[in-house]
Amino acid sequence: MATDRPLPEPTPETQHFWDGCREHELRLQKCDECAEVYFPPRPFCPKCACRSVSIFVASGNATLASYVINERPGGAWMAPYAIALVELAEGPRMMTNIVDCAQTPEALVLDMPLEVSFAVQNEEITLPLFRPASATPGEPS
Amino acid sequence: MTGVAIVGAAETTELGRIPHMSQLQLHADGALNALADAGLKPADIDGVATAGEMPTGVAHYLGIAPTWVDGTSVGGCSFMIHVRHAVAALLAGHCHTVLITHGESGRSGVGRGARSFARASLAGQFEAPFGPTGAPTTFTLPVLRYMKDYGLTHEQLASVAVVQRQWAGMNPRASFREPITVEDVLDSPMIAYPFHLLECCLVTDGGGALILATSDRAGDFPQPAVHVLGTGESVETPLISQMQDLTSSKAFCIAGPRAMAEAGISHSDVDHMMVYDAFAHLPIYGLEDLGFCKRGEAGAFIADGNTAPGGALPLNTNGGGLSYMHSGMYGMYALQESVRQMRGTASAQVADAEISLCLGVGGMFGASGCIVLGKDSTTR
Repeated sequence: MATDRPLPEPTPETQHFWDGCREHELRLQKCDECAEVYFPPRPFCPKCACRSVSIFVASGNATLASYVINERPGGAWMAPYAIALVELAEGPRMMTNIVDCAQTPEALVLDMPLEVSFAVQNEEITLPLFRPASATPGEPS
Repeated sequence: MTGVAIVGAAETTELGRIPHMSQLQLHADGALNALADAGLKPADIDGVATAGEMPTGVAHYLGIAPTWVDGTSVGGCSFMIHVRHAVAALLAGHCHTVLITHGESGRSGVGRGARSFARASLAGQFEAPFGPTGAPTTFTLPVLRYMKDYGLTHEQLASVAVVQRQWAGMNPRASFREPITVEDVLDSPMIAYPFHLLECCLVTDGGGALILATSDRAGDFPQPAVHVLGTGESVETPLISQMQDLTSSKAFCIAGPRAMAEAGISHSDVDHMMVYDAFAHLPIYGLEDLGFCKRGEAGAFIADGNTAPGGALPLNTNGGGLSYMHSGMYGMYALQESVRQMRGTASAQVADAEISLCLGVGGMFGASGCIVLGKDSTTR
């Protein structure tokens, strides 16, 4: 897939998420007041504005909500690849890529079960990618 | 009615490929054409709104010393939102004659600032690493979800482009005018599955401008005034991954009904409609989010010819962003077509059209502005 992705630059509010990925943990936040689980990270609940929130490790389970297959790869991307939206078991949705799976409409079936697959980019950044839940782990992307 | 009217409107002299003009000059070219249309000079303008460029730059370039400015820049629907803000400013007396300008060297890139995102932004952290390369691989992301949930077919999605090409064929200024079929669309190169080339907007250069004043001055200008009957606006999210519902735009759902309620109209009152179509799914989302079609029915509604020439609800009658032109922030051109339809001067004029609804989108389902225009100052 990609050899040189535009990598994120963590902020104070998101550092815990990227620290988690580096330790192969998908860390989400949950409101201590209303129990809302949300993403992307911020130090308050987007539903009730409560500042008391807790970080927890998510299951890493998700389903494929939607995607496109970029048929015009360029720059760092070597071949057609899917940009995917996945629905985490805990509720929030996130953008990611699907690995260990052909990048075709036939192989990428909406609502298929997925699991997180951490892809080390450098010492600081590891990205949360997803693979079919039954797939054998392959080469890191 | 709002008590405000559009008293001047024009696009740039040329549309399409304009490498001999900078982006700032495209703003000025559209503005000078609109000023001439309204019989005004820059000195007559005391309110300036624009997006893409700063209002400071546009006001200075045109020699205007405004008492009111609006630099709202939330993507291609910014101009609908400028209209809404101008209504409030004119009624409050903050200014008396507002100029709204758009200019974009979308194709030639002359005098256009570099586009970049911060790697520390939420988009930089939570979307960019996964390879979206711009609107064709971002704005399109929710559609497979919509297709599965509501049974929209690839053929129905393609029919949006086919129908709009029928309208474009009636517009001499449209970039693409040759008729196309559903097969042509599905045979065109795949850009980002499920989107083919002909389901994606053009990339062109151009601009346009509007001039607004209170309705009591409507008779002071050479052109028939087009009345602003209702307005709405909203924003949802800068991240397509965080849309509340992948099959519906929250900003559409807020802006559209608000504009219709302010205008005091129901769906059957709308004679003509524009829905900003950066990609073929936008009219489908727009028709459903504003209640013109039930959930899941807009694809068939369009494929069956209801929005085509001779159909019950003429939609995107200039050919839209898919065939007319699309500089990047297309909203100004949708507004211009609504104004032409209300003046009775459109190339593909809808007979007896008295009310036009113009729905804009900004970013990738990030924002919306909706304007209802009328030939008369009151609804029927």
